[in-house]
Amino acid sequence: MEAPLGFPRLSQALPTPVEHPPAVGRVGLRTLGARLQGLLFISPALAVLTLFLIYPAYYTIRLAFYQSDFLFRFTHAIGIANFKNLLTNDPDFLDLSKFHGVNILRELLYKSDGGALLNNLHWVVFYITLSVGFGLALAVLAARVRYERMVKSVIFVPMAISATAAGIIWLFVYNFDPNIGIVNALIKPFHHPVAWLGRPSTVNYALIFAYVWASTGFVMVVLSAAIKGIPTEIIEAARVDGAGEWEIFRRVMLPMLSLPISIVTIWLFINVIKVFDIIYVMTGGGPGTSSRVIAFTMYEETFPNGRPGYGAAVAVIMLVLVAPVMVLNVRRFRSERVVT
Amino acid sequence: MATIEAPVLAPADSISARLVRFATRTPLHILLIGISVIWLVPTVGLAITSFRKRPDIASSGWWHALTHWSWTLHNYGAVIHATGMGHAWVNSLIITVPATLAPLTLGALAAYGFAWIPFPFRDTIFLLIVALMIIPIQTSLVPLLKLFREHGHLNNGYWGIWLAHTAFGLPLAIFLLRNFFITLPKDLIEAARMDGASNLAVFRRIVVPLSVPALASFAIFQFLWVWNDLLMALIFVSDPSKQPMTVRIPYLLSTYGQEYHLLSAAAFLLMIVPLVVFFSLQRYFVQGLLAGSVKT
Repeated sequence: MEAPLGFPRLSQALPTPVEHPPAVGRVGLRTLGARLQGLLFISPALAVLTLFLIYPAYYTIRLAFYQSDFLFRFTHAIGIANFKNLLTNDPDFLDLSKFHGVNILRELLYKSDGGALLNNLHWVVFYITLSVGFGLALAVLAARVRYERMVKSVIFVPMAISATAAGIIWLFVYNFDPNIGIVNALIKPFHHPVAWLGRPSTVNYALIFAYVWASTGFVMVVLSAAIKGIPTEIIEAARVDGAGEWEIFRRVMLPMLSLPISIVTIWLFINVIKVFDIIYVMTGGGPGTSSRVIAFTMYEETFPNGRPGYGAAVAVIMLVLVAPVMVLNVRRFRSERVVT
Repeated sequence: MATIEAPVLAPADSISARLVRFATRTPLHILLIGISVIWLVPTVGLAITSFRKRPDIASSGWWHALTHWSWTLHNYGAVIHATGMGHAWVNSLIITVPATLAPLTLGALAAYGFAWIPFPFRDTIFLLIVALMIIPIQTSLVPLLKLFREHGHLNNGYWGIWLAHTAFGLPLAIFLLRNFFITLPKDLIEAARMDGASNLAVFRRIVVPLSVPALASFAIFQFLWVWNDLLMALIFVSDPSKQPMTVRIPYLLSTYGQEYHLLSAAAFLLMIVPLVVFFSLQRYFVQGLLAGSVKT
């Protein structure tokens, strides 16, 4: 990674916009012509976006308040019934009956039968923690050895392949037959083979780890670039002052990495709210419904179950969950413009 | 990197110091190599399985193939011809190429408009596009499918999936390219305009040639995104004979779930294209990633 790139900027941190030159002609008519040209350049893109992205979002939001049919028509307006059903009357989506409310946090993290929404919460917590943890550790440690490039390539490769291929790969890894599945082959001397994907208590973690495997490379590459951007003088100064390696990491590097870490965390969050492919390939939401997540419920209800209105309500919940990120992006962009 | 190691390297003159250094760094090497091996094993296992004979796969783990060599290409022949995966591989390519070029072209034109031509509400519209980048595909699936079904059955051919991918690639394309275009030297563009060059000429002769790295980054991203996509192809390509590999492999899984020789070969065929793209164009890929990918 070239240093000039500096800190990774995802959509969150935009480069400072340059002041734009006024239109060439100072005569009114020429300016008008230039302005029309600007619209001409963006209009094909704008037309595609309006027709295929903005209008559909509006349609889906509206559909969430209807009962619909296989032609996706607005059959019956039913108010917020879809949402109410989802959140109070659908154990496959949200099931709080097994929670006693004694220690909510503990229960949320240890019980794995609370429906798609709570499964997705498990994904948010474990997928993000593990991906950032592995990615950060690898970025920091690999920078200290000569074979850094090799390590980075190996970790990054899963990022390029599809969730479908990753799904097949991990179906092999987790296979019940110790002649196929390496995990069961490794535990064979100590334990019976385990159906990692066939038990409600392990299926979500098995899926999450497969996805962590696929995403760590992204975190590592972004953080590694950020580490290369830290001026070496700062680290050397700390070392001259007698700081140990751990202290340097903890007190010097980590604070300087807080922005990139928050950026990758947001990226992972958006990614985990949308997770679908790998579950579709590996478990189909099963066994039973125990590995469903939000995006999977949306697909399942809309298409195989033929309830587009209900599915639309799930899609709206997804939209609401990622909306804060949208606001954050726009805010950051705005504030940077104010600074200019 | 070198500077981080320097103080550690400095005292490594005497043998004892070297030993100390080796002892303190050994855990680091073990950890890094260990993690690398864990990361590599699943893919290597699949690749090896795909070249093993069917009875061997059933009777012993793929790791035995490391010592007992007995390779075959038969699995690939079987999966390409008998299960139609060769056909699906071609479909993947037919879907991916136009679905990469269309957003690249429209996105570059729009990005030029946003970067270099002032027009009313320009920044507001750009902000809207920044916001659109995050929208989950799920909010578009149903209305788009309805639109495609009712207007020319676009979901029976490739038009539906091309249009859908174009729409979903555009916000990222506009965002990435606009941010690159505004860093181009202003004098150059001004001078060309003074010489009477039209906007289209400035775009084609100056902006595009100078922006090859950014254009390549986005093209690679979009290519991998479309090639790897399952959900959109599942919804928008209704004709089974036109479906891409990502959609056909789960079908293969449900019909030949225990036929590991076929599954591994199919998955490897699906992976090989992104791997080639990734290893040959790694530099652009990483640049694009750092410059602003929100989508994967």
